[in-house]
Amino acid sequence: MLGSAIIVFREALEAALIIGIIGAATRAIPTRKPWILCGIGVGILGSLIVASLTGRIAEMAEGVGQELFNAGILGLAALMLAWHNIRMARHGAQMAREAKQLGQDVASGNREMSALALVVALAILREGSETALFLYGLVTGGEESPVAVMGGGAIGLAFGALAGYGLYAGFLRIPIGQFFSATSGLVLLLAAAMASQMARVLAQADLLPSLANPLWDSSWLLDNASLAGRFLHTLVGYEAMPSGIQAVFYLATIVLIFAGMRLARVRQPIALPPR
Amino acid sequence: MKPYLFIFCLLPLTTWAADPEIPLAIRNHQFEPVEVRVPAGQKVKLIVHNQDTTPEEFESHELNREKVIAAGTKANIYIGPLKPGRYPFFGEFHEKTARGVVIAE
Repeated sequence: MLGSAIIVFREALEAALIIGIIGAATRAIPTRKPWILCGIGVGILGSLIVASLTGRIAEMAEGVGQELFNAGILGLAALMLAWHNIRMARHGAQMAREAKQLGQDVASGNREMSALALVVALAILREGSETALFLYGLVTGGEESPVAVMGGGAIGLAFGALAGYGLYAGFLRIPIGQFFSATSGLVLLLAAAMASQMARVLAQADLLPSLANPLWDSSWLLDNASLAGRFLHTLVGYEAMPSGIQAVFYLATIVLIFAGMRLARVRQPIALPPR
Repeated sequence: MKPYLFIFCLLPLTTWAADPEIPLAIRNHQFEPVEVRVPAGQKVKLIVHNQDTTPEEFESHELNREKVIAAGTKANIYIGPLKPGRYPFFGEFHEKTARGVVIAE
């Protein structure tokens, strides 16, 4: 029971933290709740489908199907986060001025939320399919009774969700003046973290060179297996022993999104005539 | 044109040497062999055959690798090039029993 609680907690934690950030970043959008719930639902359903197809996905593309699939999920999620940040850079100043008006712009809010609900679904898909496989294995392996496995899983899920909610609640305490820069900074690092993980799975499949491997070793300071290490791994992409290619992807993502945000900001007066 | 030719001349150096393949089995939630010796300074292809009827996840923080292996299937995992040393790995789904170490030398 404890075993399933711990593994489910680990997997749920990552998805919950991502949902927590997205929930906070979209606090001004009134339709966010149904969108996020929809993302969670689609993610859970997708997890079950992917878990049942694991063997087949892995065999695709000459044995690197799983890596390509995960890289696709991570890349798409990073892209959606980048789009969100660049869009917010363009609207941010305006939003602060007329927060109420923009908040009531339903069409714009829905565009925004459809991209972020996709990130929620993808985050759950990645962690959820592994969790489903693990629980299925425990039940069919007959090591534990189904009740104990599910009970443990529910406890792990509850603690993971609690951590995500804690992050969300913490974010809402940030004063509104610094709120947008705080959330867009975190979303930027989250996108970079996903790009770095994408580089790792592609190197694992030998589709990218590792470059320096590892680039450094800070496991003596903060191990990726520790709770704090996992937290920082999900939120800002911390790696105790990263490969060089991960650093390249991480930094390139930050530079690209940052440049996109700057460009969007410069163009603001032309692109957005006053309403 | 010339720079391209130069790059093509370098390609065989990087890709022609076939990567060593190291087989590894998972049986009764244990790795076999427990110690895997691989050449240092070279990319290596681990071929992990999960012979159990339950899925397993090959994971190593030191190797920076993580891959789900469905029941009864083989998975290819490229590691390295590694510096000489010990790199522990484990099966995340059966962490107590499924433990092993890659020794690069």
